[in-house]
Amino acid sequence: MSACAKEPGRSAVSGYAKRAWIVLWKDFLIERRSKEHTNALLFFCLLLLFLFQFALGPDRDRLAAALPGLLWLGFILAGLLGLGRSFLAERENDCWEGLRLTPGDKSAIYLGKLAGNCVLMTAVEVILVILFAVFYNVDLWTPAAPLALVLALGTVGLASVGTLFAAMTTQVRARELLFPVLLLPVQVPVLLATVSATQALLLGQPLADVAHWLKLLAGADLVYVTIGLLTFEFVLEG
Amino acid sequence: MIAAQELRKTYGSNIVVDGVSFTLGGGQCLALLGPNGAGKTTLLRILATLLRPTAGALRVGGVDALREPERVRPLLGMVAHGSYVYEDLTARENLRFWEIMRGGDAAPARLMAALTQVELDGVADERVRTFSAGMKRRLALARVLLGEARVLLLDEPFTGLDRRGRKWVSEFLQTFKTAGGAAVVATHSFGGGLGVADRVGILMGGRLLVDRPAADLSGAELHRLYESLTDGTEN
Amino acid sequence: MTRALGWLTALGLLVGLAAGFLYAPREAVQGNVQRIMYLHVPSVLTAYLAFGLVLLGSIAYLATRRPGWDRLAGSAGEIGVLFTGLTIVSGSIWGKPTWGTWWTWDARLTSTAVLFCVYVGYLLLRSLIDDPDARGRYAAVVGILGAVNIPIVHFSVKWWRALHQPSTILGPEPSPIDPAIGLALFVNWMAFTLLFAYFLSRRMEIARLEEQT
Repeated sequence: MSACAKEPGRSAVSGYAKRAWIVLWKDFLIERRSKEHTNALLFFCLLLLFLFQFALGPDRDRLAAALPGLLWLGFILAGLLGLGRSFLAERENDCWEGLRLTPGDKSAIYLGKLAGNCVLMTAVEVILVILFAVFYNVDLWTPAAPLALVLALGTVGLASVGTLFAAMTTQVRARELLFPVLLLPVQVPVLLATVSATQALLLGQPLADVAHWLKLLAGADLVYVTIGLLTFEFVLEG
Repeated sequence: MIAAQELRKTYGSNIVVDGVSFTLGGGQCLALLGPNGAGKTTLLRILATLLRPTAGALRVGGVDALREPERVRPLLGMVAHGSYVYEDLTARENLRFWEIMRGGDAAPARLMAALTQVELDGVADERVRTFSAGMKRRLALARVLLGEARVLLLDEPFTGLDRRGRKWVSEFLQTFKTAGGAAVVATHSFGGGLGVADRVGILMGGRLLVDRPAADLSGAELHRLYESLTDGTEN
Repeated sequence: MTRALGWLTALGLLVGLAAGFLYAPREAVQGNVQRIMYLHVPSVLTAYLAFGLVLLGSIAYLATRRPGWDRLAGSAGEIGVLFTGLTIVSGSIWGKPTWGTWWTWDARLTSTAVLFCVYVGYLLLRSLIDDPDARGRYAAVVGILGAVNIPIVHFSVKWWRALHQPSTILGPEPSPIDPAIGLALFVNWMAFTLLFAYFLSRRMEIARLEEQT
């Protein structure tokens, strides 16, 4: 029985990686084929731009001052829409159940989904940053490298918890409401850290000045991903 | 292959499966008859390790399925209402995904062989969304074949299929049995290939009221027995 | 056992009340409004105790699947939210005469408010799932994440405040100098802990009875 014997060491690791990868591959294929998700999300970013402008009024300086917050607000709003649907494909045809029956460490599924969500969120971010730079006439190119670091850390922070909670709320009533209600309070530290760091970077401060924020983000990311990996099997079991 | 002992499943005060026991050897097929709500799906899900019974014991392939479900799962092939297919992937991609998730070998040749066996090789690169119910069912069986399951658990496999489809599933089961596998088929209709069953069981109100070799009962006798037990509640 | 606890709690609260209003002196700087600290500080400490128990119950439930642990987590969560709410309200009442405003985004108040939101979400999740096993598992995951997040929230809010308010606003803190105030606080804290234990015991009993039907 080929699947029965426990494969030692390296095979187990590569099997895990393979499963995480195939989950990513599958989601990518589905997304590319149905296109419903990503296009709408990117268009949503454009709409947000208008929304913020209208909400804050024509005063250039006011917008500039609020910029770091708006960037991350936009990002989180897009995240709420984009991440909540992470496991929607699994609801069809009982695929969720099918995943439960697969052998091995279920956290590979979480990892694959997380990777997919990070890619999605990164795409959203890049679009947002470009739109902001263009429409609000802000120089985001100079601090691009350190900004990218903050973005990356913030993305993992959002996606790690978002993926876990998305898995949970997929099976629960009032899913669309419960997901943001659960996610937002937990995201507060990530939001504070990323906005503060972004603000400092946009004011021209060096990376060293925001090191403590980066450390906080990195630490938080590590904690969230670890909890995600450890608890995903309990969520899947549903 | 399967040894179930006093399996019980209750939800609060609602008893869905009530002390079901049976054994099934390799190369045998057990047909579970019963009206809707008799507990067939629940029982099947317990056998598939998808549901933990409230009480009882279950051994599959000699392994304690309740204590070590992970060891038992590679042996199982479940085809339920859902059939576990991703609508936006092609048949081939679906197989590839599930086979790799299972930790098996997803070589293109193997995938193609499985598809050929279920006569889906012609539509290997079509999206499943375009498939009929019967085709999706066949794809699910291909998945199970690829996974080298030794125990098949089929929940209403004949529903929604035309005569040709039903014949096909029966033949599939026959081949599976000949290769030494064991199968439990839950159904609420008599139309579906009882001819392939070695044993027949009638599940009612969560209890296995009848468990007899198929050879003992003729089709008419079975029908009468079933009617008397279900008080003629036809479905 | 619970009844004895109930009586002990009532006694403890009376003693605490006496300690807070009769024994402890009038605080020099803030005046009598400071006495609300005897409610505020024990509340927040009890809330943390509650959420610690939520963490414990959550981990234990995932490890053992015994419903008792989930009952502990759920009950402690409810009471924790109650005490957190009490903390915020009492903090707000203290804040009005002291700072002139009902609400301020000072570090401690903000952290507590975030904590409140996390666990209200926890309770909402619990209320939306009927299957006890799924409820226990999902709630446990949120409970664990929420608890582990507490220090992260604490630091992020603290540093964020430091950015916007270089001069520290003194949070409602007891002056460490006067031992009488310290003692009154301690007595009240103990009384609140007893109250918490009493509530918890009752709530878990109700939960157990609910599950049996």
